[in-house]
Amino acid sequence: MGFRLISPKISQKIMKGVFWASGILTIIILVVIIGYILFKGLPVVNLEFLLSNPVDLGRAGGIFPMIISSMYVTLISGLVAAPLGVGAAVYLTEYSSEGHVVKLIRFGAETLASIPSIVFGLFGLSFFVIFLGLGWSVLSGGLVLALMALPTIFKVAEVSIEAVPKSYREGSLALGSTKWQTVYRVVLPAASPGITTGVILGMARSISEAAAILFAVGAALSVPISIFDPGRPLPLHLFIMATEGISLENAYGTAAVLVMIVLIITVVTNTMVERYQKKMMGR
Amino acid sequence: MNRIEVENLNVYFEEAHILKDNNIKIPKNTVTSLIGPSGCGKSTFIRTLNRMNDLISGFRKEGSIFFDGKEIYEPDVDVVELRKKVGMVFQKPNPFPKSILDNVAYGLKVHGINDKDVVEERVEESLKSAALWDEVKDKLDKSAMGLSGGQQQRLCIARTIAIEPEVILMDEPCSALDPISTTKIEDLIHKLKKEYTIVIVTHNMQQATRVSKHTAFFLHGEIVEIGRTDKLFMEPEDKRTEDYITGRFG
Repeated sequence: MGFRLISPKISQKIMKGVFWASGILTIIILVVIIGYILFKGLPVVNLEFLLSNPVDLGRAGGIFPMIISSMYVTLISGLVAAPLGVGAAVYLTEYSSEGHVVKLIRFGAETLASIPSIVFGLFGLSFFVIFLGLGWSVLSGGLVLALMALPTIFKVAEVSIEAVPKSYREGSLALGSTKWQTVYRVVLPAASPGITTGVILGMARSISEAAAILFAVGAALSVPISIFDPGRPLPLHLFIMATEGISLENAYGTAAVLVMIVLIITVVTNTMVERYQKKMMGR
Repeated sequence: MNRIEVENLNVYFEEAHILKDNNIKIPKNTVTSLIGPSGCGKSTFIRTLNRMNDLISGFRKEGSIFFDGKEIYEPDVDVVELRKKVGMVFQKPNPFPKSILDNVAYGLKVHGINDKDVVEERVEESLKSAALWDEVKDKLDKSAMGLSGGQQQRLCIARTIAIEPEVILMDEPCSALDPISTTKIEDLIHKLKKEYTIVIVTHNMQQATRVSKHTAFFLHGEIVEIGRTDKLFMEPEDKRTEDYITGRFG
């Protein structure tokens, strides 16, 4: 027998400790960041801050128009990207056989995911704002964000649809269902918890994005009424406030609100998805 | 009268020759067992009868399969209609992750029957026929995934008979079940054969003797012997059948 520096038992213990520490460290980083933002930002957050317009470029007043702008761009991105992403995922998993087109679509989605957001911003300016003539508007911003959310939604939807057992599909087809009936009545409902998570992930990315919409939404301080009005979503407001030295205090307040919104959305959807899953699986 | 007639059936997956010159006649309202060692092609055979193999790439067949006198692989045959008439119960119970009611009502909805009273009546009838009604009547809105394996399999049978097929194909329906659940399914088969033509693949030779009138013995994709179940087990004509049923191989 050769010489061993450490016994398997001890190395087992060490590695267990290393993995435990990695897990704990991840949580600590998260808690520290969120805690810091909330600590710095929450003092300025009150009902008035949430519900009033900014005064003097944001040195005083609130962030109501920014919250509305964020809702606009995020909803538009979700409404556009979700059907597109889920549709592409259904096509790839259910209707196509593994071939060149499928590989190309998958490669396209992966590449789309790795394009820097500022490049999306530039594309948004030249394509949506100028070429399509949508101008600086929450619509242009939402469409750029849809492009960014698309690969996430597509990938997560594809994985969840693929995870639906083949036996469900066989059971449905054997009862005389068509392919579409099977997809629509069995596969998509079974995959819906995963798909929902993917859509929320994509929209969480949309709501947090500043660079991509920098050149697309304008930077208006007023409340956007129609989708063709310019706006200023929260991350953009935060960026402008911080870089132009307007009010670091209110920038942190904005950041705190943004973090809270994302947290609430995530927790609420997770709870809903879990409940649905439990009901579906009879636990 | 024969419900299904198979003539010179050969099945290939890519280059592999899975079924060889199968000939079989399945009379109306009887139970026919398909026995044989693993990998002998009995599952492939049964899945050819409702065209489930169409889903597998590389599937190719020669020869004919007649259902009520009509060749089921003709281009003008609607596979959806065929599967409505030739139902299937799978090896592993595969209820949908939906409520018990929605599972049984699934086929009805798919075929355009949406009237609530009609659906509920058919669901109750089917669950009664599948000997499951008493166990689930108070929890029809609960998920089918919460049922035991045996209950799930009877639910799958209920789901199949809800759309009133003429044939029920069963691909080793008891292989994932405990002995008590197995007995229940076998009792059910006895009851169902009055109305339905049943073809059952089984690994369990006692099961074949208990439930079926006719038995076919498959080996390496060939039907070695086919005939009345009692005769096939008591006085097999082929040496290979005798070796198999006496446990010399398989």
